[in-house]
Amino acid sequence: MNEELVLKELCTTDSPSGREDLIYNKIKELFNGLGEISINNMNNIYIHKKGKDKFKVMLMAHSDEVFLMVTDILSNGFLKFNAIGIDPKTLVSQEVIVHGRKEIPGVIGIKPPHLMKDEEKKQGIKAEQLLIDTGLDDENLKKQVKIGDYVTLSRQFYELLNNNVTCKAIDDRAGIAAMWSCANELKQAQHDADVYFVCSCQEEVGHRGAKMAAYDINPDIGIAIDVTFDSGEFGDKDRENKLGGGPSICVGPNVHCKLREKIIEIADKHNIPYQIEVEPGNTGTDAWDIQIAREGIATLLISIPIKYMHTTVEVVNVDDIRNTGLLIAELIKELSQDELEGLFCF
Amino acid sequence: MLLETLSNSSGPSGYEGEVRKIIKSEITNFVDDIVIDKMGNIIAHKKGKGKKVVIDAHIDEVGFIIIGYNDDGTLKFSALGGINSKVIPCKVILIGKNKIPGVIGLKPIHLQSPEERKNNISYENCCIDIGAKDKAEAKKYIKLGDYCVFDTKFNEFGTGLIKGKAFDDRMGCAVLIDVLKESYECDLYGVFNVQEEVGERGAYASAYNIQPDIGIAVEGTICADMPNIPDHLKATEIGKGPAISIMDKTSLFNKEIINEIIEVGHKKNIPYQFRRAIAGGNDAGAIHMSGQGAKVATISVPCRYIHSSVSVCSMDDYTNTVKLLKEYLHTI
Repeated sequence: MNEELVLKELCTTDSPSGREDLIYNKIKELFNGLGEISINNMNNIYIHKKGKDKFKVMLMAHSDEVFLMVTDILSNGFLKFNAIGIDPKTLVSQEVIVHGRKEIPGVIGIKPPHLMKDEEKKQGIKAEQLLIDTGLDDENLKKQVKIGDYVTLSRQFYELLNNNVTCKAIDDRAGIAAMWSCANELKQAQHDADVYFVCSCQEEVGHRGAKMAAYDINPDIGIAIDVTFDSGEFGDKDRENKLGGGPSICVGPNVHCKLREKIIEIADKHNIPYQIEVEPGNTGTDAWDIQIAREGIATLLISIPIKYMHTTVEVVNVDDIRNTGLLIAELIKELSQDELEGLFCF
Repeated sequence: MLLETLSNSSGPSGYEGEVRKIIKSEITNFVDDIVIDKMGNIIAHKKGKGKKVVIDAHIDEVGFIIIGYNDDGTLKFSALGGINSKVIPCKVILIGKNKIPGVIGLKPIHLQSPEERKNNISYENCCIDIGAKDKAEAKKYIKLGDYCVFDTKFNEFGTGLIKGKAFDDRMGCAVLIDVLKESYECDLYGVFNVQEEVGERGAYASAYNIQPDIGIAVEGTICADMPNIPDHLKATEIGKGPAISIMDKTSLFNKEIINEIIEVGHKKNIPYQFRRAIAGGNDAGAIHMSGQGAKVATISVPCRYIHSSVSVCSMDDYTNTVKLLKEYLHTI
């Protein structure tokens, strides 16, 4: 196994918010031998690797992905739907999976241009103008699909140039792949820290899994791994993130200052490439919720830059995933109870 | 399955080589003579007596062509044939003979201004990303003029349907290949034309050479049978049989031939429907003006979402189109 294969396995497994149980078997298979694996009531998945000491480090990447939901069953095999976190413009001519009584392939098409009014031609498409075509006859459709059924995007995994790859759900399976990489790095290592790898649920609908897992595990250090925007033509030009430039270490009030300085020191020491990303307030990630769980948790946010977020063609660089895992593993190897007391002393 | 091979193969207008090869080897044993003309059209002749009949299908599909490089290593592109810009974002495409994968991305919804969220997509605002570091690296892998197709895999779909790319007009190609496997009395030319999607370019040349009495275009045609479209605007409906055209943007179809085809349908119990739209045009537009003029008709397999990355059609409609055409040819 390597990071790319792990990512491919993770991305091509569907896991919409609230149905993260669908990816549990895949996680069990991939993290086999790397820790003790369990899933809780809310579908937070834990991989626990014991350390020599009692203090706890929690890594977290969310296992859910953006999705659609069936809102009406029409005639002739068609379904109406709501899009959660997805731009309707990206849905035209996409293939989807309807999670009904079984997995049903669907196609989202648009009507032929000659039937579009001038106004429609000029404007971007809206979700209510789109339908999912299942091709099923009325009787079969009613038997297989109910209102409220989940729909996920469908996409094969592709390699691009320079270790870049593309698929759907790279947000945030790239984070889980980085946790795998870290766990793999720690496999033979003796470390003091008690390490929990958490695949958190329901991030895309409000970072809910993070709240519960942080409360439950009550770690001394919480490290969220999520994806972030690159700074390219279709990215956020107010950032300095480049694909292939290494993990992007977040600086801002969401992040523990001394811990952040420590991880940068480790990156420099081990020659691991990294980038800096500034977030003046809410980071919009699990880190935001981890930080204020219980009496407060020293939090880091390590982000992996991607292109075209929340589409079927998210692009990530595999080296960035590997370096994210490596960087966090090196931090964990160095942590001791004494070190922690120093870090947490203001 | 032949339909699957045809649908999965690459052949945008002007770059039909891969499809031409498949079709040529498929029909060799069933025809008297095969000529590939200067345009690249395949003209297959089954010698007979009486009327000269052309059955036409086009082998090209809509696709893209690379027209330039951006500084960040992404590629500028344009459509080969008509692809609505609403269809292009967030697709995987394969570039050139080496089938190098690339993606057409879009700015994440979080970063779009309220204006951008409402606006339409345009080709000028999109690019193809192959993961190249910069312009120099992109130039190493991709040449200007390299063609692209959608990477969509053919598959069975729903209840008795299939999905895939390029059904316009690999459906017609598959129908015509099936038709050529039987013998008829008339002097039959099976013509597989190039460059239909950029203006019936191939058909002008092949029709000039053959000068047929009757020309029948076999197409994968528009179908808008979604429940939110009024019945009279659906153009065609899936599962209701081959669609017979009355008129489109390039031809008024011959009433006599249409009636003969309908009669065959009734006699042999083959369902058919009329194509209730005048939008679009096809090779018949070129065929009926060749030489002194030919009588033309169009029979189509209804396909939802043509000219996009993925179309849907019915296997029954496909087999009924083959049947109708064969039975009609036996009457000539």
